[in-house]
Amino acid sequence: MPWDVVAKSLFIVVVGVGVFAPVVTWVERKQSAVMQDRIGANRADLFGIRILGLLHPAADVIKLIFKEDVVPHGANRALHLTAPLIAAVAAIVSFAVIPYGGEYTVGGTTFSLVAADVDWGLLFIFAVGALAAYGTVIAGWASNNNWSLLGSLRATAQMISYEVTMGLSVVGVFMVFQTLRLPEMVHAQDATFRLLGFLEVFGWVDPLPAWSDWIRLPRWGVFLQPLAFVMFLAAIMAENKRPPFDVPEGDSEIVAGYHTEYSGMRFGLFFMAEFIEVVVIAGLMVTLFLGGWSVPWLSSERIVAGITPLFGGGFANLFCMLVHVTTWLVKVSALIWLQMALRWTLPRFRYDQVMDLCWKILLPLSIANIFVTGTILLLIEGTR
Amino acid sequence: MSAELFFFYVFAALAAGSALAMVSNLRNTVAAALSLVVTMVSLAGIYVLLRAHLVAAVQIMVYAGAVLVLFVFVVMLLNLREDVFPPARLRPFKLAGAALGAVGLAGFLAALAGHVPDMAAVPESFGGYREVGRALFTDYVLAFELVSLLLLAAIVGAVVLAKRRLEP
Repeated sequence: MPWDVVAKSLFIVVVGVGVFAPVVTWVERKQSAVMQDRIGANRADLFGIRILGLLHPAADVIKLIFKEDVVPHGANRALHLTAPLIAAVAAIVSFAVIPYGGEYTVGGTTFSLVAADVDWGLLFIFAVGALAAYGTVIAGWASNNNWSLLGSLRATAQMISYEVTMGLSVVGVFMVFQTLRLPEMVHAQDATFRLLGFLEVFGWVDPLPAWSDWIRLPRWGVFLQPLAFVMFLAAIMAENKRPPFDVPEGDSEIVAGYHTEYSGMRFGLFFMAEFIEVVVIAGLMVTLFLGGWSVPWLSSERIVAGITPLFGGGFANLFCMLVHVTTWLVKVSALIWLQMALRWTLPRFRYDQVMDLCWKILLPLSIANIFVTGTILLLIEGTR
Repeated sequence: MSAELFFFYVFAALAAGSALAMVSNLRNTVAAALSLVVTMVSLAGIYVLLRAHLVAAVQIMVYAGAVLVLFVFVVMLLNLREDVFPPARLRPFKLAGAALGAVGLAGFLAALAGHVPDMAAVPESFGGYREVGRALFTDYVLAFELVSLLLLAAIVGAVVLAKRRLEP
């Protein structure tokens, strides 16, 4: 048993940290270039080969590793050195509960593609997110720099506020899927529902005409909880402190905020943590709202049942796994793109606007969402 | 030694050590606040070993956040200096406190010594969000509602106090 956990953890570290994070930095540069009508990163070359600037992430990493690591005078040395580690570790660890595939049986052994299948999966991510705030706050305080301190105080207020909204905005999703376990949540979304089914459930049109059975949507969180999708995306992007919510490092006001005094690979760790978190956010949004690894309108049972007569059950399961992991990667890439597009479209909010959005708009809306969802669920329960 | 026992000792040592570090660190208040976080997180680890998963998650989410606020207060109110505290005064009080603590610890150990309560194995589902939620909203619903009223009163009070300071 421990070996498959080791293998999955290795997959997370290699794919999430080793491949995704550097590529995401490249995507960010290229996308900003496209959106600003520039060519973008294309200067790094290896023997004259440039491959669209894809060598830049490697060049960045080499530069960051060999840069001098400065600890400013009067800084708290131990804390200054630990803070980036807290940020990076928290970002990587959240990956553990995100499923990137379902359960497959090959040659008599069943395995599931999630490193830690825990009952409280989503709560685990929230708990790790609460700890991630410490990386930022300690970095700002330990630097002995006023800009850093201002940045870290802003980060504290922002992250504590948005944690509340982030938690409340997905309560509706738990209520609909009746679980907190992320793989179970994806399984629940690996199906379809009749778009007009509610007419029958409430007895308004009974029975529905036969053609309405063909109008189906995937049973995804985004269709069942559209408001929660928007609110959770806003809250979790604010939690990651990326633009438009980047007041903790607002460079026109406070230099670079909490990481003003960081250089070399320690700055690189903050940078990396941010990009890993972009991938984690995409993974989490996909799991909660976009059906995770599931293929829309094609449930895994149907894939397996369709392939088994041709090539046997083991191959069918392997094929299904390949399809699912590919689907997951496509969806995650789409959400990474969405975050990048938002980042280069919206200007930075003012600090008070960030707080107003959280406490005056998102919080009341998320509580209203819980009440409405609960009422509808009770009504449906009543008709059964 | 089983893995569970090993992790129990790790978390227990961390919790006790960082708690001690918190109360004994008078010079650096920020370090004290951070020690408190380590205590909270280690306690969460112990809760996980006890299969109280929901409590563990809530422990980190709520207490880590709460200590973060404490941290900010420390930074803002204590002026970032390590030497604002006068060198150890109040000796008698400290000694008395230490003595009282020692007496309490001795009493606790004496009460525990000999009979560690014999516990039945908990069911597989113990400590999950379903079970805790069911217990909270059936057997303990009155207590739950009273606590929520208390918290509401506290929030209203905080808002009133904060508003009054702005007006003059």
